Amino acid sequence: MKTPLKLARHLTRPCLLAVLISSYALPGHAEIVQTTLKNGLKVIVQEDHRAPVVVSQVWYRAGSLDEVNGKTGVAHVLEHMMFKGTKKVPAGQFSRQVAAAGGKENAFTSKDYTCYFQQLEKSRLPLSFQLEADRMANLQITDAEFAKEIEVVKEERRWRTEDKPQSRVNEQFEASVYRAHPYGRPVVGFMNDLENMTAADAREWYGTWYAPNNATIVVVGDVKAQEVFALAEKNFGKLVAKALPARKPQVEPVQLGERRAIVKAPAKLPYFVMGFHAPALKSGEAYSEQDWEPYALEVLSSILSGNGASRLNQKLVREQAIALEIDTAYDSTNRGQTSTFEVAASPSDGISQEALIKAIWGQIDELKNNGVTAAELHRVKAAVIAADVYKRDSVFYQAMQIGQLETMRYPLSLLQSNAARVQAVTSEQVQAVAKKYLLPDQLTLVSLDPQPMTTDLKPAGRPHQH
Amino acid sequence: MNVIGFLKVALLALVLQGYAANVLAALNIQHWTTAEGSEVYFVENHSLPMMDVSINFRAGSAYDKPETGGTAAVTHHLMALVAGGLEEEALTNRFADIGAVLGGSFDADRASFKLRTLTSEQQAALDAFALVLHQPDFPPAVLAREQARIVAALQEAETEPDSIAQKAFMQSVYGMHPYSLDQNGEISTVQSLTVAQLRQFYQTYYTAKSAVIAMMGDLTTEQARQIAARLSAGLPQSAAVAPVPPVTAPASASVKKLPHPAVQAHILLGQPGNKRGDADFFPLYVGNYILGGGGFVSRLTEEVREKRGLAYSVYSYFMPMSQLGPFQIGLQTKKAQADEALKLVKETVQQFVDKGVTEKELAAAKDNLIGGFPLRIDSNSKILEYLNMIGFYQLPLDYLDSFNDHVAKVTVQQVNDAFKRRVHPESFATVIVGAE
Repeated sequence: MKTPLKLARHLTRPCLLAVLISSYALPGHAEIVQTTLKNGLKVIVQEDHRAPVVVSQVWYRAGSLDEVNGKTGVAHVLEHMMFKGTKKVPAGQFSRQVAAAGGKENAFTSKDYTCYFQQLEKSRLPLSFQLEADRMANLQITDAEFAKEIEVVKEERRWRTEDKPQSRVNEQFEASVYRAHPYGRPVVGFMNDLENMTAADAREWYGTWYAPNNATIVVVGDVKAQEVFALAEKNFGKLVAKALPARKPQVEPVQLGERRAIVKAPAKLPYFVMGFHAPALKSGEAYSEQDWEPYALEVLSSILSGNGASRLNQKLVREQAIALEIDTAYDSTNRGQTSTFEVAASPSDGISQEALIKAIWGQIDELKNNGVTAAELHRVKAAVIAADVYKRDSVFYQAMQIGQLETMRYPLSLLQSNAARVQAVTSEQVQAVAKKYLLPDQLTLVSLDPQPMTTDLKPAGRPHQH
Repeated sequence: MNVIGFLKVALLALVLQGYAANVLAALNIQHWTTAEGSEVYFVENHSLPMMDVSINFRAGSAYDKPETGGTAAVTHHLMALVAGGLEEEALTNRFADIGAVLGGSFDADRASFKLRTLTSEQQAALDAFALVLHQPDFPPAVLAREQARIVAALQEAETEPDSIAQKAFMQSVYGMHPYSLDQNGEISTVQSLTVAQLRQFYQTYYTAKSAVIAMMGDLTTEQARQIAARLSAGLPQSAAVAPVPPVTAPASASVKKLPHPAVQAHILLGQPGNKRGDADFFPLYVGNYILGGGGFVSRLTEEVREKRGLAYSVYSYFMPMSQLGPFQIGLQTKKAQADEALKLVKETVQQFVDKGVTEKELAAAKDNLIGGFPLRIDSNSKILEYLNMIGFYQLPLDYLDSFNDHVAKVTVQQVNDAFKRRVHPESFATVIVGAE
């Protein structure tokens, strides 16, 4: 519970393609149907009758993107507080009731949204709706519960970020690449802000963003859509809509030259992230079927590092052995309407960071000059086609895709058209986005400078044992 | 581009959707033995045009010797890289060209490979999978490169508090037993591994006689039989692999305090726990749900996190293995409060063992475990994992069908009795990385 979703990136990410571009319905697959209640709550259902289970998710269009300086991390803190009770369901009882129904539950916060979910045997869906409707409107944030939970969140930050050198690098990277856009701030929040956060801050956040007209319910599983709609009306129908604050566009100013930063932390292996500003797929009113650059960037990322034989890994890890690990990351869809194309790597022993960076530029230049092969494009497409089938093995993942797209204001028809748009990408388009966005003056480079272990630990030796 | 193949897939899905209702609700596990002695477990399911095949070997790190630690892991790692005389790139692309996914897993008991593919691409996918299993190449240049990468990862692990804690914990709990070995080997041993050692390990441990094959998905029994026969026939036909030797519990408690510059202390405590098929499996499983397994409703979470805010994560688990796997309790907390948190955890466990659980707690645990059963088998992936486990650990074929009955029958007395006999806080191994 209460884990911020760090869109896991760099060296641990199994397959970007599977996460973002893979989506369209197989013929015969039940259609996605949706309705909007009078109070503005959207309800989206996908029937899937393979197993007698259901996943129920509530998505709030509120994430760290919506925070302000001095209160970073409040979206995630509120996520923790959502389990701390209402008048009807006192602290701790939410989890107990879900557990008693045989359910699993959790929540996650990202830059773009906060999502709460339960996985249940299908007949237990009413419990999910009762509990979620109750805490959508009636959460009680007491000073006493807040005082305990903020300590849990600080422990979470220590565990996730403070003691993990690569997490520190990633945090520094985002702060360096975004000077104005709120994506520059960590989801979990800065420690200073957590130390100074109050119950009133959490109440303010809840009061501002937790409303039916700022939420979407997604249900996937062995249910009948019309029954889900009726159940939603019964449980959520009486909740009152709120006037939501205006969301102003936040556009990152143009970067005027290379940026570099260094993180010193106790570690052994050097590691660095090279990143470039890149566009996201336009959402909302600006959404267009002609918007091709994000698809070309997805294909570029996949060709550079989609699998072990992709260019960067094949050339630099396998053939030249100058990198221990190398990976790329690019997210085409988000609510903040700006993205980055990143390459993260660890140089091999005896290889300097500069030498590896030069070799990475060599691979990028090769692609800019000569494009990609038909076989490479074919592989990206094969992966997308297969992933569209594989994803149907998980009701949870299908619900995630729907919830993310809706919350980011993309049409759900994207689930149908997406694979075709990937397949339409040409070698020339991949070259074009590489030439346009992967530019030396647009580079942000953040490096880990490994420091020896102090407190009596030998730098690279075994821990002393007492 | 295989548009044709894809259309075929799509039509198949259309045809089958009509009677796909709740196909995962009840399982008909088919089981047979190949001519070479591999055990096969298969669940036929046509609701999606895809299939999963996995194959498990008694080839985990418990089969390593201390002086050549890492042999098992490096053998498994290299098998997936180079095979059948193909270049690495060509082998990887055999899978990528058709959207097939080669996966694998590795632990102290078991080394496994897994293939997921569209049904329409199964021939090419199985051809590539068979190369990995039957004709691994272990070229010296690739071994040398991977040795350097693994050594670098081991060096990095020596700086990470959670890795340091886990390694020290397993050494304390298992002493000279092979479960104490680092699954990836030691820097000194990995560096000196040779191609001949890997080949020898492959020939000895990847034998058809001890292989367990699991299959799930869009296949007929006839197809499944052909696939299993082919995979089994191409494996080394050497002797069956002996089981992992029994574990003897350490007689007395141990405490390791290891300094570390991290802001949090990482604390682990525990002892050898139970094994697969253990007579106490269900009482310990249900009891641990109450102690520290049941997410946000366990006693440890309630005491350490919910009441006092001392940690983000605190848990306990039994990891049943071929022999007694670890019973482990863990948490991370800022250094200044490490002693307080450790004392609280010890008191909570001691009280659990001394006083036992209540009828109310047991009823709540059963409600969750029994009521949540459909979630255990709601996907091909999850069912495949159960087939692997049932097969590898020789559990009864009705393990899943009878799971709820077993949970329902557990009594307060059985839980309390099992914990008193099996869990001994007075002789726990304790590890604190980042102790002040």
